[in-house]
Amino acid sequence: MSETTHDGSVAVSAPVPPDEGLTAARLAEKYGLTVSGARPSLVEYVRQLWDRRHFILAFSRAKLTAQYSQAKLGQLWQVVTPLLNAAVYFFIFGVILEADRGMSREVYIPFLVTGVFVFTFTQSSVMAGVRAISGNLGLVRALHFPRASLPVSFALQQLQQLLASMIVLFAVTAAFGSYPDLSWALIVPVLVLQFAFNTGLALIMARAGSKTPDLAQLMPFVMRTWMYASGVMFSIPIMLEDKPAWMASVLQWNPAAIYMDLMRFALIDGYGSENLPDHVWAAAGGWALLVAVGGFVYFWKAEERYGRG
Amino acid sequence: MADHTFEERIPTVIADELHIVYRVNGAKAGKGSATAALSRILKRGEERGVRKVHAVKGVSFVAYRGEAIGLIGSNGSGKSTLLRAIAGLLPAEKGKVYTDGQPSLLGVNAALMNDLTGERNVILGGLAMGMTREQIKERYEEIVEFSGINEKGDFITLPMRTYSSGMAARLRFSIAAAKDHDVLMIDEALATGDRKFQKRSEERIRELRTEAGTVFLVSHNNKSIRDTCNRVLWLERGELRMDGPTDEVLKEYEKFTGK
Repeated sequence: MSETTHDGSVAVSAPVPPDEGLTAARLAEKYGLTVSGARPSLVEYVRQLWDRRHFILAFSRAKLTAQYSQAKLGQLWQVVTPLLNAAVYFFIFGVILEADRGMSREVYIPFLVTGVFVFTFTQSSVMAGVRAISGNLGLVRALHFPRASLPVSFALQQLQQLLASMIVLFAVTAAFGSYPDLSWALIVPVLVLQFAFNTGLALIMARAGSKTPDLAQLMPFVMRTWMYASGVMFSIPIMLEDKPAWMASVLQWNPAAIYMDLMRFALIDGYGSENLPDHVWAAAGGWALLVAVGGFVYFWKAEERYGRG
Repeated sequence: MADHTFEERIPTVIADELHIVYRVNGAKAGKGSATAALSRILKRGEERGVRKVHAVKGVSFVAYRGEAIGLIGSNGSGKSTLLRAIAGLLPAEKGKVYTDGQPSLLGVNAALMNDLTGERNVILGGLAMGMTREQIKERYEEIVEFSGINEKGDFITLPMRTYSSGMAARLRFSIAAAKDHDVLMIDEALATGDRKFQKRSEERIRELRTEAGTVFLVSHNNKSIRDTCNRVLWLERGELRMDGPTDEVLKEYEKFTGK
């Protein structure tokens, strides 16, 4: 800063520093002080985040435990909630609207339940992401940690929730005649890719939500539209048969539909590769990489501004 | 020549013309109804519906290693805000804060969860402050014993929501005080609990002070400022009104407050 500001500060500060005459910036440089709360480089930021991995994991587990601790059934709700959802969708779409066209009931029910569980994973990661910073301002204003810890931690919480409900998913698929086989090993890469995608999305939403908290009100509608467009309760190619071909392609290539389809392909015997779009693994990997890396960089760019007002 | 009588003084915190502005959404004067909100959005103007609070206005000072600095001033004068800005937790609107390493605020409340047991909160709080798992394991017994939570039975394995407010405050302080800091900032409201615990926590603060390079203490208790600080910054309405040795500033401050 200029000399005048420094003189101004000397006028009020009683003890005369021996380094008199140096501007604040020079004095800071001389003693190796750094600007408080400045954004670290991207590499440094990744390192800091890695150092906080234990906190990220502990925080996500704590949130998961705290979530249902007041309910009588406790952690059981983790599984019961998506199951009830699936039951409602089955009743409305499967029984009343007959959206199960082209599938036997043995395929449709696991198809629907898998879809609901997998989509809920992305949906709740997005919703938690929106409030990751804006809902934890107290934490952001009290302690130092790379802020990305929060959205990452919330995405991790959703992953743990999904893993817990996977047991029910296995039970449902087995009950309708699809037994564990080698293709079930595909669950692991699908989950890894979807988790990367969800984390990136949570990071993007966290930055957007910290600037515009109103997103928390808007996002449920966006997510619902996305859910209906992704074929959670119907098969996209069959339902859009008489529409222009590009429509079905667009819907099928959207990341939510891709992760759902891959998971169904892995779990359900009667759901073969003819239901998957071309280059499906490349698309799954591409979406994950693009959104995870893009989201991380986007979030990091505003690192020093989280916590303001 | 006079300069040689100074010991070498190493600055640890430099604030340079620091301004802090809070932005509060939806706090603009007006009716709180939906139509009022809509008309605010439709009205043109800079940042609709956002009210600005200018909490710190152009504060400059240099703090040196070994100093214990008291921050005084009436309620809402910007003391806690200044502390957060030094810690780099609140972004500056204008001006800069330079610091040696990472100053930390003594406080961990926001990271703790009422639905978890005291035990898990000790671990969570420690991790949130940046301690490693090993450091926490090492200090766990110390933290629990210091808090005195288990004096009345095995409370540490119960959720924190079952604690009395005094017990919870004691556990929070014990967790926060478990870490060593280079530049330490203390909001004195932390030291709560019964008389016995207050004494213990005052002692712990003194201990932390000797370990830390520079200490900032916010307090409304002139006695504890006199006991612990050798320099005082007096803030009033976000401006630095006085900066000097404890006795001088406190004398003026007491005159001002009419004590």
